[in-house]
Amino acid sequence: MYEIAVIGTSWGGLSALSTVLAGLPATFALPIVVVQHRSPDAVGMLAELLQSHTRLIVTEVDDKHPVVPGHVHIAPPNYHLLVERGYFSLTTDAPVRYSRPSIDVTFASVADEYGRHAIGIVLTGANDDGALGLRRITDRGGYAIIQEPASAESAIMPTAALRLVPRARVAPLAQIAGELVTIAPPGPPARDRVGARLA
Amino acid sequence: MRVEGEETNVGSATPEPAPGPGRRREDRARAAIHPPAISVSTDPSAPLSYDPELERIEIELLLEAIFRHYGFDFRSYAYASIRRRLWRRIVAEGLTTISGLQDRILHGPALMERLLLDLSINVTAMFRDPSFYRAFRQKVVPLLRTYPFIRIWHAGCSTGEEVYSMAILLEEEGLYERARIYATDINEVVVHRARAGIFPLERMQEYTENYIRAAGTRSFSEYYTAKYDGALFSPALQRNVVFSQHNLVTDRSFAEFNVILCRNVLIYFDRALQARVHGLFYDSLVHFGILALGSKETLRLSGYESRYEELSTSDRIYRKVR
Repeated sequence: MYEIAVIGTSWGGLSALSTVLAGLPATFALPIVVVQHRSPDAVGMLAELLQSHTRLIVTEVDDKHPVVPGHVHIAPPNYHLLVERGYFSLTTDAPVRYSRPSIDVTFASVADEYGRHAIGIVLTGANDDGALGLRRITDRGGYAIIQEPASAESAIMPTAALRLVPRARVAPLAQIAGELVTIAPPGPPARDRVGARLA
Repeated sequence: MRVEGEETNVGSATPEPAPGPGRRREDRARAAIHPPAISVSTDPSAPLSYDPELERIEIELLLEAIFRHYGFDFRSYAYASIRRRLWRRIVAEGLTTISGLQDRILHGPALMERLLLDLSINVTAMFRDPSFYRAFRQKVVPLLRTYPFIRIWHAGCSTGEEVYSMAILLEEEGLYERARIYATDINEVVVHRARAGIFPLERMQEYTENYIRAAGTRSFSEYYTAKYDGALFSPALQRNVVFSQHNLVTDRSFAEFNVILCRNVLIYFDRALQARVHGLFYDSLVHFGILALGSKETLRLSGYESRYEELSTSDRIYRKVR
């Protein structure tokens, strides 16, 4: 049973994210975490722009904000985004391979905290951030979806992810929301994480 | 003294250039023949064989041991970020387990020194978040003009970049003469570096851009001189700054302040410790005192939200009102 979906993207990400989020029903039950590369001083427009495409609630993460089912949590610029049990932590630790937020850092954190309950998704992007993190998600038993490189505005990021996670589910952009709904059926929120751990 | 963790302080924030398509195709071809070795990670973390529950037990034991033996209390630090920093140190020391690190730390104070830097240096930049400094000029400076004397506590000043930024701002607003900045950090070595006022020369371009966007009114290069690969900031900027060691976790308040700056420090604490430190700040502020947090830190979960009003919502500047 999946409990969280985390999406990484850079170049072309706004349009790709809009497509994915627009395809999800308002009853989508998982928390969604989005790591989109952007300049350190980007103003908080990404959340507003994405909000206009979805009925899910989109917010940029504040430190220690709870992870909420059915919400879209955006990694803020100039911080790394980590997950704790049920909430987020931010750090200003050095950029990882020039990126902060780094997709690899967030994916690895989700992999270690959620294990086989995590879904990682790599979309369009112009560098190979996210590949190692996605690999860690599948190594910990989670599920991987990669945007079909041919359908990506920039194929570098999905191609790099595919090299490290060759068995990932590969889907054209238009079908990624459908894939998510298939493996994480909409409905009442997934059980609380700690409860799931104890069960 | 050679300062470990130095490399964490010089990262550039510019986006990685996309590799050329030709190079990429070559890589792909090579990868098809030689599948990449996978277990490497550019971001040190636990090996996959590590049981996350065991990892948590070992980290809790390590932090307990450090507290009881050395007196540094990291037990209420945010788990996800302290875990990341511990693994960076474990890998750097050529070790493989947290228990292995614990053994070496308890029997070798030199390693404790290095870990202390890993855990206490918060990477920052001069005029980080330029919009904060603009908001401070617009919303806070007019209030400060009404005071004959301004006491400022910069809590968790790390290597000092933001202390010098604030000194420059106050200087340009004509308030520096009547201000005193108490800049504190948990780590003596870090405080020492902050006091030295030397920052990497290669970051001056970025800092200059930040300064301009922070509505600086002069030429940024007036404030430093290049010296041995470093930019030495004008000693005059320090004349009303008192640098000292102070531990937010265990030490008490030491004065009443008109302004408390604590930006991107509390993110390293768990929620219970954050709430405690907010109590300390509240008690240390005068009535109508100003509290400035990092741009993604909020009073919402602190229990003190109702005691403050927002002066700038997006830049997280608050004023104590009750």
